[in-house]
Amino acid sequence: MKHFSPSQLGKRLAQLVLSLFILLAVTFVIGRVLPTDPVGSIVGELADPAAYAAMRERLGLNLPVYEQFFVYLWNLLHGDLGMAALTGNPVSSDLAQAFPATMELATLAIFISAFVGVPLGLAAALFRDTWIDQTARVVSLVGHSIPVFWLGIIGLLIFYAGLGWVGGPGRLDVYYEGLVPSVTGMLLVDSLLAGEKEIFFNALSHIALPAFMLAYSAMAYITRMTRSFTLEQLGQDYVIAARAKGVSPRRTLFRHILPNIAVQLVTVLAISYGALLEGAVVTEIVFSWPGIGQYMTSALLIGDVNAVTATTIVIGIVFMLLNFLSDIAYAVLDPRTREATS
Amino acid sequence: MTEMPVETVRAPRSAAAFRAIGTLFRIGREMTREPLGFAGCIVLAIIIIVAALASVIAPYPPNVQSLGEVLQPPSWAHWAGTDEFGRDILSRLMFGAQITIRTVFSVCIIIGPIGLAIGVIAGFFGGRIDAVLMRATDIVLSFPALVLALGFAAAMGAGLNTAVIAISLTSWPPIARLARAEALVVRRTDYVAAARLYGASRMRLLFLYIAPMCIPSVIVRLTLNMATITLTAASLGFLGLGAQPPAPEWGAMIASGRKFMLDYWWVAVMPGIAILLTSLAFNIIGDAMRDILDPRYDRS
Repeated sequence: MKHFSPSQLGKRLAQLVLSLFILLAVTFVIGRVLPTDPVGSIVGELADPAAYAAMRERLGLNLPVYEQFFVYLWNLLHGDLGMAALTGNPVSSDLAQAFPATMELATLAIFISAFVGVPLGLAAALFRDTWIDQTARVVSLVGHSIPVFWLGIIGLLIFYAGLGWVGGPGRLDVYYEGLVPSVTGMLLVDSLLAGEKEIFFNALSHIALPAFMLAYSAMAYITRMTRSFTLEQLGQDYVIAARAKGVSPRRTLFRHILPNIAVQLVTVLAISYGALLEGAVVTEIVFSWPGIGQYMTSALLIGDVNAVTATTIVIGIVFMLLNFLSDIAYAVLDPRTREATS
Repeated sequence: MTEMPVETVRAPRSAAAFRAIGTLFRIGREMTREPLGFAGCIVLAIIIIVAALASVIAPYPPNVQSLGEVLQPPSWAHWAGTDEFGRDILSRLMFGAQITIRTVFSVCIIIGPIGLAIGVIAGFFGGRIDAVLMRATDIVLSFPALVLALGFAAAMGAGLNTAVIAISLTSWPPIARLARAEALVVRRTDYVAAARLYGASRMRLLFLYIAPMCIPSVIVRLTLNMATITLTAASLGFLGLGAQPPAPEWGAMIASGRKFMLDYWWVAVMPGIAILLTSLAFNIIGDAMRDILDPRYDRS
């Protein structure tokens, strides 16, 4: 069990800051060695040398590398991620549009995976070595092994092309696009805020399939971890004591076991959420989902330095924050560690 | 006190390496009694054999286009159908197995020794060295691996070698953590204490007494990682940042098949089955190995 004292929290915080700094340094290096000419991509290949040099100066590329790095950090701190050659807009405004789409997808997926994975894992542990346990094992084994982009293609073939149960690629049918005012950028929320039921259900029919497909691998992980946490608790004396004094199995589960594994589960969910954001990158391609992954890969293919580094940074920061939160969740949520630290 | 000749106080020969090999043999023996794990081994063996003999057993050459046979459904002539250039998909999958197996093992050969060295050194020396190495490990672990691999692949130019390096850069931390945990246990054992009393040098303790004992669990962890590596490599291929066309890389094959998937499903579906089987085999073998190595595990 982890114990968190204030000084350890400080250490963890320092580590977070250091990680962020290294992430920025790495993305900076990636941006420098990317095999494209950032000046040429703006002024064009046939620009005259004077214009080329002027643009080079404007972009700060004439400075020494370490100064460029500080300029880069300074701009990032001010939310200036540069211009995207891909769209011609500032990267920050592109990301502000793309990020909610990814968040919406990943958030729905984490709910699905938690609501399926936790009960499945509990059932697998409680009915160990029965068909339920075997099913859970197969489900999670396949979930760990299936390529998420391929699963998306299979899903589209079966549920969209074959059965017609869900909407196809994209976030909405074309004729609904741009009808709801963007408040959060998440269509499910925005359409409800605007009271547009029809659009809500259309958006739901589009997001359901990618969310389920994306959720599968996280669900596999959550099932597996829930099962092993529960098995660990089942062998503990307090569970045996509770059962021996006549506490019903249901009460043992909900009042004794669940509170004890809750903290570990929160950690698992936080890690899964980060993994889902990453999985979204590939899933978005399959479902033409206009999120951050789609944006990043399009930028990669044309060698758009600013867009690539900015996306890496944004996903990296969210990922690290989730890791950080899952670490301190122990200290905040688990009364045992709280006592140990006071 | 008489002077003692230096030769007589040499540390005894290390039995650790033999014990490690013994453990691996035990895993192999127990595996035959584990039906699922054994099945995984067979599937993997078939994939490796197919990869090795692809040029002999593949019914068609992988890259020769046959525009008269474009997008044919699976049939006796083409078991997995043909793609948009009339190339036999089954043959391409067989040659693609070479790429996948090579990628996976290349990554493991890179990250295995690196992870082992970092973990064992951190666990053995402890103190500041441990703190620095483990902080570095935690930091890399907190990076989003696929996204970073994408960035690296973009920076170094798309290609198979880039993919191997990009995946390696982000996948050594779990190995290092595990090796450290093992080293912490092993360094407290009696035989290490005995060797130390005999005057074995630190380097000798590290490489002959402690590191070999960590190898079995590192190999188990690597096997589990192989599934993830297979999937990451396929993802990079799918995004166009792995092996370049016309190489029959499975992920890239899915990417090109996606354009026709609604009318010609087999082009995108078949390579996915190959990926699924491969990573399933790695996962099953890794699981079974871990169960066998787990001291709480008892078959009888």
